[in-house]
Amino acid sequence: MTPILETRGLNKTFGAVTAAKDLNVRINKGEIVGVIGANGAGKTTFINMVTGYLPPTSGEILMDGKAILGLAPRAITRAGLARSFQVAQLFPELTVLDNLVIALAAAESPHPSFLKPLRTKARVAKAEEILAEFKVAAYRDARVTAVPQGSRKLIDIAMAMIGNPKMLLLDEPTSGVSVDEKGDLMDTVMAAVRHHGLTVLFVEHDMDVVRRYVSRILAFYSGEIIADGPPDAVLADERVRELVTGHSDHKPAANAGAREGSSVA
Amino acid sequence: MRLDKTELALVGLAVLLLLGGMVAPGWLIFLVTIALAKALVVQGVVMQMKAGLVSFGQGLFYCVGGYAVGMGGPFLGISAGLVLLAIGVVAAVGLAMVLGLLLTRYREIFFAMLSLAFSMILYGVLVKSQELGSTDGFNVNNWTLLGQTIAGGETATHVVFLLTVVAAAVVAFLLHRYYRSSVGMTCEAIRENEVRVEYLGLSPRWIQYANYVAAAGVSALGGGLTALAAGHVDPDMAYWTTSGEFIFIALLGGTGSVLAPFLAAIVFSLVRTYAIEFVPHAWQMILGFTLLGIVVFLPKGLWSLFTRHRPEAPVVPAAPQKTSTGGAGA
Repeated sequence: MTPILETRGLNKTFGAVTAAKDLNVRINKGEIVGVIGANGAGKTTFINMVTGYLPPTSGEILMDGKAILGLAPRAITRAGLARSFQVAQLFPELTVLDNLVIALAAAESPHPSFLKPLRTKARVAKAEEILAEFKVAAYRDARVTAVPQGSRKLIDIAMAMIGNPKMLLLDEPTSGVSVDEKGDLMDTVMAAVRHHGLTVLFVEHDMDVVRRYVSRILAFYSGEIIADGPPDAVLADERVRELVTGHSDHKPAANAGAREGSSVA
Repeated sequence: MRLDKTELALVGLAVLLLLGGMVAPGWLIFLVTIALAKALVVQGVVMQMKAGLVSFGQGLFYCVGGYAVGMGGPFLGISAGLVLLAIGVVAAVGLAMVLGLLLTRYREIFFAMLSLAFSMILYGVLVKSQELGSTDGFNVNNWTLLGQTIAGGETATHVVFLLTVVAAAVVAFLLHRYYRSSVGMTCEAIRENEVRVEYLGLSPRWIQYANYVAAAGVSALGGGLTALAAGHVDPDMAYWTTSGEFIFIALLGGTGSVLAPFLAAIVFSLVRTYAIEFVPHAWQMILGFTLLGIVVFLPKGLWSLFTRHRPEAPVVPAAPQKTSTGGAGA
């Protein structure tokens, strides 16, 4: 089976720093993959390379078997690979409704109209449907600047999902959200993901969130993937425990950056 | 076709202006004509401001529009006023299509300074070229409208006024629709967050490019009408202080409505006219204080006087999704 996303020998260096080292990843349709690792492990660099934000130093990136390396982010988005961001990327001075309506219009055509109104009845109705699905309908006419952080994250993810992507990359969907609210947020997101039948890869620091939602984990350390497999196996892996989650009985490596506890922020 | 409040206001104001033009003195008609024509140039500045770019060189297209009218007669033998205006618009659009390929790669001060550089290049070419009129520029030849010769004097003043009011109303109507269109709203989205626009599958650069080219056409029309009204064009139309004046008017009016540049241009013309009349040696200071007052007390321009008491959309306090409120957005 051709994977939805595949990277072959992906490398990225920033001067003397290696942010990604020989990354070989295959993500199959329908998988929910969690990416874990301490800060600086290369998780966001991986997402940024795959979505065209950063050019890799070397390697290949394929989507549905076709090379997407070198394509502009917009072309990668149109190919079906959408993403959300660690800090929600919205249009702060516009209303939440307009944010979604702009995304809907963009999904319809890469050549927007000069004179036809943006806010059509059909787009507004669809946007309201999405707001309800993501439980942010209360903010329909509010400017984004007036919306709480967690709801901004949901709107950011909703906008990423609007173009019916084949695969969704979520960069720390729960960052900036309080511990007891992460569950609500992720339940909402994952319900939408299941409803739309998406393949998902998400970066997450909270191991409880990872354990609860993913079918597979990629563990990053110093730009390398040190473990890849089902959650139970990866989280029980000695190197992952030592270098990522900080649960090892052994003394952690001096530069591992991992801490005790379920979270490694 | 259903008209909204702004569109109805545009139609109403255009009719009022045309009726007023039948009884107003010549000097006032001339002042309003120049103000409306310059407001069209300012519309080009505002189009770019809405997309997050500030052009310090819109005088370039103002000058191209004006010189097309001034040179169309002696160089091309064309006297039809509408054709001369169209030549100016087409020339400006063509020039913008070339310059835009470079300019839309830049943002913020780099875009501003590059746009200024191109207008100053044109200024330099005009000043140094005898064939292009040098510092004297050109007088606009007698021109025709629908076959009738417009030979100057009161008739010419009234005809240009009529032409300018109609052109301003049509452009404002189209711009109002444009600002609510997909491209218009996407321009605002680009100003807010270019990265997100890119990740929605759109090209911010090409949308900026289209907006830049359209703005050039609108500004050139303003330049052409100014040339018809003033009967003369010279290189100062491309000089940086002229572009600065357009930014002044844009800030004075704000970007809140398509009507704002017209209001601001008329206020600017009145303030300058009376400042020169009463304080001939310090009128620039009066303009400076006016701009200072606007920036301090009305940062969103004169138009905010009409909208500042309009309530923001209410935010429901109890959101269904319990979330924290910390951190900044995009």
